[in-house]
Amino acid sequence: MTMTAHQETIDQADQPLLRVRGLSKHYGMITGCRDVSFEMRPGEVLGIVGESGSGKTTLLNCLSGRLPPSQGRVEFNASRHGLVDIYDLSEPDRRRMQREDWGFVHQNPRDGLRMRVSGGANVAEPLMNLGRRHYGDMRQASLDWLNRVELDLSRIDDKPRTYSGGMQQRVQIARNLIHAPRLVFMDEPTGGLDVSVQARLLDLMRELVRDLGLAAILVTHDMAVARLMADRLMVMKSGAVVETGLTDQVLDDPQHPYTQLLVSSVLQI
Amino acid sequence: MNAQSNDAALTATSNSPERYYTYGYLDEQTKRMIRRAILKAVAIPGYQVPFGSREMPVPYGWGTGGIQLTAAIIGPDDVYKCIDQGADDTTNAVSIRRFFAKVADVATTEDTAEATIIQSRHRIPEHPLKDGQIMVFQVPQPEPLRGLEPREMETRAMHAYEEYGLQYVSLYENVSAFGRIAATAGYPVMVDERYLMSPSPIPKFDNPKLHNSQALMLFGAGREKRIYAIPPHTTVRSLDFEDYPFETQKWEESCALCAADDSYLDEVVLDDQGQRMFVCSDSHYCSDRRAQGLRGPMAGHELVDIDKDAGQ
Ligand SMILES: Nc1ncnc2c1ncn2[C@@H]1O[C@H](COP(=O)(O)OP(=O)(O)O)[C@@H](O)[C@H]1O
Ligand SMILES: [Mg+2]
Ligand SMILES: [Zn+2]
Repeated sequence: MTMTAHQETIDQADQPLLRVRGLSKHYGMITGCRDVSFEMRPGEVLGIVGESGSGKTTLLNCLSGRLPPSQGRVEFNASRHGLVDIYDLSEPDRRRMQREDWGFVHQNPRDGLRMRVSGGANVAEPLMNLGRRHYGDMRQASLDWLNRVELDLSRIDDKPRTYSGGMQQRVQIARNLIHAPRLVFMDEPTGGLDVSVQARLLDLMRELVRDLGLAAILVTHDMAVARLMADRLMVMKSGAVVETGLTDQVLDDPQHPYTQLLVSSVLQI
Repeated sequence: MNAQSNDAALTATSNSPERYYTYGYLDEQTKRMIRRAILKAVAIPGYQVPFGSREMPVPYGWGTGGIQLTAAIIGPDDVYKCIDQGADDTTNAVSIRRFFAKVADVATTEDTAEATIIQSRHRIPEHPLKDGQIMVFQVPQPEPLRGLEPREMETRAMHAYEEYGLQYVSLYENVSAFGRIAATAGYPVMVDERYLMSPSPIPKFDNPKLHNSQALMLFGAGREKRIYAIPPHTTVRSLDFEDYPFETQKWEESCALCAADDSYLDEVVLDDQGQRMFVCSDSHYCSDRRAQGLRGPMAGHELVDIDKDAGQ
């Protein structure tokens, strides 16, 4: 379990950040997703695309430790454990890994924010969860992050319910990046927003992901969002992955008929 | 199924034939169940033990949790004190004290040093508690995380895995809004550096009295069906930030009646001209000091009729 710094460096370099093998999830007779396998490297942004009901959310929840799969393995290179099947960890260990190494941005900010506490406290909470106890430092970090996501700083002590949807989503993003996670999960992060708000937020997210060298798994049904954000795409249909590849390749030269349909049915950007 | 419990024996000797209720009001089964919960609570300081809270002859919010604790531990040799805020003479305190005088045949007192069981909701007496004494607290909301996390499953997991970052979020909100940790009552503490605990609505002024106390502290929440405890000589730390350390309330004034400068003070309005004074919230502590001849600036003032309760 304990590794020397030297060994750890080797592990970081040689091992994938995430390795998924034969992952399936059935809801009774219904298939959520089936036989999904892939690997991700640090700093990579993976887009999961497909029409509604194709299994994107199911897969994301299995990957992020929220939904135990029916079969298969989800191995993550955790800072405390190295490459480990997240469902083999004890519950407290898994919760700690989720706090320390991950972020999760929900489509609906209400699911990802504490609506009873201020925007600033929402952003600072992950630091407190990691044991930080210096108010002034956390306040400053919270201000820095709200500034980074372009939130009006005079609103820092207001409750999220007084924010617009776009502002709420910015706060949720700041809250999920402040602790420098190794991997961020995002489920349709711009899905609930007006088109104009979406565009600005997407630009911002793209900058953050690039600047931080962040690894992210992004679920979207919107090919434009996928093209803008993702290095690599996984196309899902009826719970199965039908095509994977570099984003430009998949979008410009789709091989699978379903992908061709998906790509042609949206406005090109 | 030997029904000859200790209490039953006591009841037989201490009861007159007219007594129709069980000693200490609760039936023996219930008392045993509560005692088991108390033992567990003492064994795991600060941990909230679920128990089968019973209907009591007072409404929830009037101290049903505390009354059940007292009923389960009291015996005829006990000397019972009950306070509401800091006072022995309010309706609620008088009623509960009379209740136990009747159903448990115990002597009652207002003297903190003399009491073996002290039931309270809002205060810990100023007179230092000693070995052998038991404080019984009536708790309205035992879960310190409830205001921030409404899901019971989640707060249970947080206690189980010692995930207490969320409690600091409420302190953070306090500092952001008021420039200091303004929370005054029910101020959260870590017990034995393991369990996060809400010390009922006592003022944070009383929090230091929880730390390394010689007395056993029992907490009962009737409606929420929880019992928890701080055994004697247990470490109790009030949460704070490195740059905003825990502080208790302080007053510029000293008690207008007994001149105490170390006690928790209540503001009292004297007349409709807006005259006010600060007096000890612990009524017995104050009258005791006055009986010793200690006098504050308002002692003997025409607006303050204290001579009769000064115990002279
Ligand atoms: N909790 C559930 N119980 C039963 N079936 C579910 C549940 N969640 C999702 N499904 C089904 O699993 C399939 C994939 O759903 P989902 O993962 O939500 O897809 P997407 O996110 O791509 O819209 C759908 O057929 C859906 O009806
Ligand atoms: Mg979905
Ligand atoms: Zn006084």
